[in-house]
Amino acid sequence: MAEYSAFSLLKNALTGNKDWKPAWRKPDPKASYDVIVIGGGGHGLSTAYYLAKEHGITNVAVLEKGWLGSGNVGRNTTAVRSNYLLPANTRFYEHSMKLWENLSHDLNYNVMFSQRGCLNLAHTPAQLDDFARRGNAMRHLGVDAELMTTAEIARLVPALDVSATARFPIVGGLMQRRAGTARHDAVAWGYARGADRRGVDIIENCEVTGFLRDGDRISGVTTSRGEIRARKVAVAVAGSTGQVMRLAGIDTMPIESHVLQAFVTESLKPFINTVLTFGMGHFYMSQSDKGGLVYGGDLDGYNSYAQRGSLPVVDEVMSEMLALFPGLARVRMLRSWGGVCDMSMDGSPIITIGPLPGMYLNCGWCYGGFKATPASGWCFAWTIAKDEPHDISAPFTLDRFHRGLVIDDKGQGPTPRLH
Amino acid sequence: MLITCPYCGPRDVIEFTYQGDGNRERPQPASQDLDAWNAYVYNRLNPAGDHNEIWQHSGGCRAHLRVVRNTLTHEISSVAFARGDHKSVARHKTEGKS
Repeated sequence: MAEYSAFSLLKNALTGNKDWKPAWRKPDPKASYDVIVIGGGGHGLSTAYYLAKEHGITNVAVLEKGWLGSGNVGRNTTAVRSNYLLPANTRFYEHSMKLWENLSHDLNYNVMFSQRGCLNLAHTPAQLDDFARRGNAMRHLGVDAELMTTAEIARLVPALDVSATARFPIVGGLMQRRAGTARHDAVAWGYARGADRRGVDIIENCEVTGFLRDGDRISGVTTSRGEIRARKVAVAVAGSTGQVMRLAGIDTMPIESHVLQAFVTESLKPFINTVLTFGMGHFYMSQSDKGGLVYGGDLDGYNSYAQRGSLPVVDEVMSEMLALFPGLARVRMLRSWGGVCDMSMDGSPIITIGPLPGMYLNCGWCYGGFKATPASGWCFAWTIAKDEPHDISAPFTLDRFHRGLVIDDKGQGPTPRLH
Repeated sequence: MLITCPYCGPRDVIEFTYQGDGNRERPQPASQDLDAWNAYVYNRLNPAGDHNEIWQHSGGCRAHLRVVRNTLTHEISSVAFARGDHKSVARHKTEGKS
């Protein structure tokens, strides 16, 4: 029977809530495992979960430097969508969307996945044409997309300035109805509990300090809690990818680490019931179930490992918000924070075997990793278990840059800060 | 963040445009060494610590500058004109903090 249910809630409410068990154990690391996953964020935890669930590999450790979910899985703006242009991306993110649609049930953990839609605003006819092209590309692969008129947008988001005298008049938009938001902490906790219940050891406060080798082959890691051996070592450390790979003797990667900021306002009454993106700058916003407006914009624009941002970007994001919603000028911002993003050279991720024997690598999520969490773990687990890529993630190799097979959805070229 | 332009003095970061990693070495234009070209275009050191990088004072004198900036603290330890022999500027350590 499901651990969390109306019945268990009622039973525990009546007995003083004394019988709840911790959602995951706090085991000490064993001397060896079949698989070690470095990184206890969303992607590492979902990898461990799907290794256990889909492939029966349960002798797995997830090593997390800090506490579980302290990195980007708890720092993003929670948007989930699959509205990409290029087929490799569309297929991958649509696979993720389908996993999202059943995730709360699958994990028996309410991740509050809310398919409230994602609307990209167009401010020029050319931009609307471009959105129509992307919408057609999505529909061609069976993903939902529809163009909205200004009148339809005004009905959906009444607070929006849709007048012709707006600073950037809105001429239409591209809507993906199945897109939405999820509660990011619950995603980390749900995957952690699901993996733990299947036998995975989740080891927090365990920093990887080096790699063990058996000849050429990676055979384990040294950590702040001792040596741990494994047949397979998987790396899913997002913004720290360069640092961890350097421990393995690989000095350069097609990755730059950049900081992305996010913001939340004080709670408001229901204000916007979709994920909205601005087309004349880089700005996106949704409203959390607590009522806060959750929003963000561009990267700070220069390499950074500081999990905090700079003021010029704060200024820019606020001005973009006010260009769309002049009425928000007096709403107070409650919090802002930053996360370190692993920006790849083409804006697309890397899920691959290698680059060293015994090693598996998952990185390059730029600032779109949250929506990918289920499919990233699902495909990475497949790659680790079968020693071959799944068809869905096969294009996301590490050597695609050198082979001229980049997947550059925005067409920005190898300038990570622009993806 | 303030960057001290050698020509204009200390100026706010919004006057500058980031032009990325300053460690990359462009092969000779006639080079047919594909590995060297690939490394130049795609590979980055991406250190957590001192980073040797290029900025342009695009909102000021428009000079290109070679800046050594700490990517953990944003502390800037040196700024020089990028023109000339860039190898006279100490390359950052690759070990950084791990």
